[in-house]
Amino acid sequence: MADASPVLVVEHVVKEYGDVARTRALGGVDLTVGHGELMALVGPSGSGKSTLLNIIGLLDRPTSGTVTIAGTQTTGLGERELTDVRASKLGFVFQFHHLLPAFTAVENVMIPAWGHEGWPSASMKTDAEETLRAVGLGDRMYYRATNLSGGQQQRVAIARALVRRPPLVLADEPTGNLDTASSTDVLQLMRRFNRDFGTTFIIVTHDSRIADSCDRIVELVDGLVTSDRRK
Amino acid sequence: MPFEWFLALRYLRDARGQTTLILGGVAVGVSVIVFLSALIGGLQTSLIDKTLGSQPHITLSVPREAPRPLVAATASLAIARRTEETAQRLRSIDQWPTVVETVEGRSGVIAVSPSIVGAGFTVRSGARRPVVIRGVDPERFLAIIDLRVRMTDGRFDLDGNYVAIGAKLAANLGASIGDKLRLSSSEGVDDVVTVGGIFQLGNDGVDGTWLLTSLRHAQSLFNLAGGATTIELKVADVFAAQRIAAEIQADTGVQADSWMTINAELLSGLSAQSSSKTMIQFFVILAVALGIASVLIVSVVQKSREIGILRAVGTPRGRIMRIFLIQGGLLGLGGSILGSAFGIALAKLFESLARDPDGAPKFPVQITGSLLVFASALATGVGLLAATIPARRAAALDPATAIRNG
Ligand SMILES: Nc1ncnc2c1ncn2[C@@H]1O[C@H](COP(=O)(O)OP(=O)(O)OP(=O)(O)O)[C@@H](O)[C@H]1O
Ligand SMILES: [Mg+2]
Repeated sequence: MADASPVLVVEHVVKEYGDVARTRALGGVDLTVGHGELMALVGPSGSGKSTLLNIIGLLDRPTSGTVTIAGTQTTGLGERELTDVRASKLGFVFQFHHLLPAFTAVENVMIPAWGHEGWPSASMKTDAEETLRAVGLGDRMYYRATNLSGGQQQRVAIARALVRRPPLVLADEPTGNLDTASSTDVLQLMRRFNRDFGTTFIIVTHDSRIADSCDRIVELVDGLVTSDRRK
Repeated sequence: MPFEWFLALRYLRDARGQTTLILGGVAVGVSVIVFLSALIGGLQTSLIDKTLGSQPHITLSVPREAPRPLVAATASLAIARRTEETAQRLRSIDQWPTVVETVEGRSGVIAVSPSIVGAGFTVRSGARRPVVIRGVDPERFLAIIDLRVRMTDGRFDLDGNYVAIGAKLAANLGASIGDKLRLSSSEGVDDVVTVGGIFQLGNDGVDGTWLLTSLRHAQSLFNLAGGATTIELKVADVFAAQRIAAEIQADTGVQADSWMTINAELLSGLSAQSSSKTMIQFFVILAVALGIASVLIVSVVQKSREIGILRAVGTPRGRIMRIFLIQGGLLGLGGSILGSAFGIALAKLFESLARDPDGAPKFPVQITGSLLVFASALATGVGLLAATIPARRAAALDPATAIRNG
């Protein structure tokens, strides 16, 4: 299913925090991810996984190095252009679902398109409903986020990340807060979307069971890639 | 519904307690502004109406005779001197019919009445009272001060030797319609007149001294055949009186005094009142602005993780900013609508509580559409302005940090 051109190219990315006492969170990372890959990003705590994911997600800028997403070189892009790339090419799943508590499941899933375009449209609604059905929440669409279980909330969050069918989805410990059964559900969902739509996933995880069921495992130690295994 | 409106309304609805409190705060502020403006506006209008009810807007008269020193100081000669006011004689304005014609042609002038104003005494069965004798052309005079609606007895008729006198003067003399009065002018001319009408202008000075007669009669009383000592004017815009008076004085050379000069004290009182009103409004508005700003700043802090998520999933900065601007504007608008209603109710209540014996309100209030529009626009604008700080703060949030730290 993989396209010839990679969906993500990270080149020599360095990230330093602080002005006086500089911490080097990433020490020069190179990473190429193709279309349709299901990749796990692992490593000890503080190794720079979240930092790397935020830089790939264009939520943070690298100190040096470049990030190219689906052919778009992002260095030097303005805030507005970065927002457009995030809206069209990227999906996010966070450890804590981070749904908007006052909104229903459908409204939460509509947010990426609605928030980006401004006006709602009929297709935004049907897309959201369809995606919620796809994650198995067809009967919970008009529940408020706060009235759903943790596993259901995380599935809404996945629907929110996938509703616009972005080529690349970034998940930072998506199961970190879930029990084993829910974790398995979530992983299976991602697998299904990966298979059905060719969506590329980068999943940061501490759970070796999750990592082992991915196609590729990249390990980060002290801000450097120390191993990169494919199955 | 556009996303920013949907979110703004949701946020306001979800923070029901906070929203209600701040709406109440804005409403109280706006009601103070509306109430104060209505009350002060009403008071000022009624004061000016009362003042101008018994006064021409502009009075033209012969320039005062200034005392002339016998010796003048020169560069080499310093002198100490004491000058005494010269006694003012009653004199006619030079060429007054020409002056009347010129000022009648002026734009902004709506009525002109030449008259003779002089002093005298009335005597009736032993009671002797000083009076201000005013000789007028009835038609022209009524255009300046409409006495017909102020008659308490008799008619406004100055034909023959009929005169109209103030109600208080009539009471002091014990005179009623048809009674004869002996009149002597400051020029020493005596005559007998008949009371044809009694009027009340509500100003003790006027009601206790005025005696109106025809211009011709006054001319003979003061030995000023064919003369007029003052010309009284009414203008369309009462606050333009000062300017028009100055122009007339420059053009014709006669002394022109506007009601504004004569009532300078009243006017400076009114303007002091206006500036204290403005100051109170300023501080009320400041308090409203601080209230709205602080509520929204707290909201931005509480929602910073949500804002980070919105930004991460592709919501542009401008839209985030507008979510908070809209909330500020809505709080201002909503509060001002409530506050206007409350302020009007308060003003009406106040008006109905304090009444004169005759049932007229002691403190007439003046609520105009433009006052309400002004108050609402002000509160909405201030709401928007107050929201700019939190809105900018929300838009500037770094999504990665906001999501991590919440
Ligand atoms: N905003 C920041 N300011 C300063 N230092 C930071 C910041 N964010 C991360 N760091 C530092 O960068 C390094 C990498 O952090 P990062 O959060 O990427 O680790 P991680 O691999 O995601 O860890 P974990 O598995 O615990 O989530 C750490 O030393 C951390 O203290
Ligand atoms: Mg992390």
